[in-house]
Amino acid sequence: MTDTTSNPQADIARASELGVVARFLKATEIDTRMLGMIGALLLIWTGLHVISSLRLGVNPLDFDSRTFLTPRNLWNLSVQTSAVAIMACGMVLVIVMRNIDLSVGSAEGLIGMVMGFAQVHFLVRFVGLELGNPWIWVLALVIGLALGLLIGAFQGFIIAYLEVPAFIVTLGGLLVWRGAAWWVTSGQTVAPLDATFQLMGGGPAGSIGATWSWIVGIVACLAVVFALFNGRVQRKRFRFPLRPIWAETLLGVVTCAVIMGAVWLANSYPWPIGIVNRYAAANNITVPEGGLFIAHGIAIPVLMAIAVGLIMTFITNRTRFGRYVFAIGGNPEAANLAGINTRWITMKVFMIMGVLATVAASISSARQNSSTNVLGTLDELLVIAAAVIGGTSLAGGSGTIIGAMLGALLMQSLQSGMVLLGVDSPLQSIVVGAVLVIAVWLDTVYRKRV
Amino acid sequence: MDKTAPTGTPLIDMRNISIAFGGIRAVDDASIDLFPGEVVALLGHNGAGKSTLIKILSGAYKRDSGHIFVNGEEASISNPRDAKRYGIETIYQTLALADNVDAAANLFLGRELMTAWGTLDDVAMEAEARKVMGRLNPRFQRFKEPVIKLSGGQRQSVAIARAILFNARILIMDEPTAALGPQETAQVGELVKQLKSDGIGIFLISHDIHDVFDLADRVCVMKNGQVVGTARTTDVTQDEVLGMIILGKCPPGAIPGPGALKIAA
Ligand SMILES: Nc1ncnc2c1ncn2[C@@H]1O[C@H](COP(=O)(O)OP(=O)(O)OP(=O)(O)O)[C@@H](O)[C@H]1O
Ligand SMILES: [Mg+2]
Repeated sequence: MTDTTSNPQADIARASELGVVARFLKATEIDTRMLGMIGALLLIWTGLHVISSLRLGVNPLDFDSRTFLTPRNLWNLSVQTSAVAIMACGMVLVIVMRNIDLSVGSAEGLIGMVMGFAQVHFLVRFVGLELGNPWIWVLALVIGLALGLLIGAFQGFIIAYLEVPAFIVTLGGLLVWRGAAWWVTSGQTVAPLDATFQLMGGGPAGSIGATWSWIVGIVACLAVVFALFNGRVQRKRFRFPLRPIWAETLLGVVTCAVIMGAVWLANSYPWPIGIVNRYAAANNITVPEGGLFIAHGIAIPVLMAIAVGLIMTFITNRTRFGRYVFAIGGNPEAANLAGINTRWITMKVFMIMGVLATVAASISSARQNSSTNVLGTLDELLVIAAAVIGGTSLAGGSGTIIGAMLGALLMQSLQSGMVLLGVDSPLQSIVVGAVLVIAVWLDTVYRKRV
Repeated sequence: MDKTAPTGTPLIDMRNISIAFGGIRAVDDASIDLFPGEVVALLGHNGAGKSTLIKILSGAYKRDSGHIFVNGEEASISNPRDAKRYGIETIYQTLALADNVDAAANLFLGRELMTAWGTLDDVAMEAEARKVMGRLNPRFQRFKEPVIKLSGGQRQSVAIARAILFNARILIMDEPTAALGPQETAQVGELVKQLKSDGIGIFLISHDIHDVFDLADRVCVMKNGQVVGTARTTDVTQDEVLGMIILGKCPPGAIPGPGALKIAA
């Protein structure tokens, strides 16, 4: 490894004693925690697949269409995960700062209701836009984002400047926003939503199709390669230790393979026959003998979740704001003495959380094509659980966006898997609760060892 | 007397500073000044009010009364940012490090180096961190670890490095060598002398009377929140200073303060 600069009297003693695995991890700089999560996820997926296969009496390796590891099931899983994964990104920052937000589910419900009311009643009846006007979904979303920001700012202000504990403020919010959602329409469901708005919920129309999915995949792979390359250039500029070339290559290849594999999966899930036929009729296409294969491709809500994940990762790792969030979580007193305006940062974190609740509300209301009074109920718990399973420490100061998103995927996998297996909902709750506790316990054990 | 008495405008002049926490008068009508290129040692028993006094200067606490002058002009210091704007840098007794981020992030906390795109320039910060840490503790290599994983002395080095990184004009050191080994302590001693020759004024809080006599030009002794007296280290003996600390007895070589033991006439 001629690449690594040698530090003769460095603190990195015992390097020669490392085993093969440890040397591999060191060279690739892979976070073992992350590896554990991915391992757990694969284990759960395999387990659910085998059990669902055995229950049907089919060979797991046949990948029967009713089992767990099928394009259809995984595609649905990706859409179902989006809303919680998006909010989990914000929850990471909240928890890193030693706060908590119990109100996100209710805020999501209120915002969903207001956006639904805006597009179905307010913008049409009071502003006078025609149904189907392309401005409707934009304005509804803007109203929702403004409301989310306002809710976050309001709660953040009380927490940061009036010094009421976040637990209490957001516990209040949990009740207040849910109640407020009821007032918008006196509890009536708002449906159907604007056709364009609905695209945020996924479905055949709300997916980008095979060609665009491949393009997204290729762009993502190029970005990965560029990021690895750029990181290397940066390290070289200051003569910092470099990863060996083989590790660099391996990381690139594995990441790109995962991306392209996911695209392939999304492109293997065809539209339902009825929709294909309607589409063919509308576009004067003759459906060939064995049926027409039109792939879903990546769903729009999944793209939204990925975008949120990337933006939030960027914010946490590369901006001043992100650095301050972590510093405050590590030692609020020190951050204050370093001249950081800790109150304003706290308020901003809750504002981000509010905006993300809006994004989640858009997805979940669009997905069910209605705004109901129960939208987002108990989501706060899933979101907190996702963040915590993803390695965000409730003591503050540590956590990652990607971990929280994986945590959301893990929770959702369990839940969808149990639905697929026909587990009744009381038992589902028991399993999810137990998994949460076990995951956090394992994490505690892990943290002590490292 | 080998040195001329400090003349001209003091770099820092704190006058009649008081602060109380609940019923405790942690600092009571204390006055202290500091000239460029001077080291003033602040001494006193545990709980005498030394840290509290300098925390008022560094903006961590808001004083109840009193005035602070920087270069002869009244300064309004009501938070740490204000103090830094006046070139006042502080090494806190508690170190005040964000334990979960690495040394470079701590050194630049609140004053990060940014790239042209407005993102954190971690690489440049680490390079700078390596330079400044090299001056203090050349063996230090663990730049990538969160500082909680460092030893007490290494953490102290990080806290010192942070204070000297930004060209301070006034440096406050609250027991900077409490956790350091002999070699590192000597290094900090050298550093103090070097900064002093650069014209920086230093407040040094220490319980080590030998160190104090080695480094300081003047000593200021506090007792129960009050200043017992101020003296040039050349005008008093170590025993006399100990007497000031323990008994509050002001020797002839010192200028008595409000806290000096009143000898019954
Ligand atoms: N934040 C605070 N709240 C309440 N009381 C405080 C606070 N900070 C200091 N005090 C009190 O003020 C007094 C002076 O404390 P200070 O920390 O200034 O002492 P010190 O001279 O630095 O002592 P040491 O040598 O132990 O560091 C003590 O009685 C202490 O209990
Ligand atoms: Mg002290």
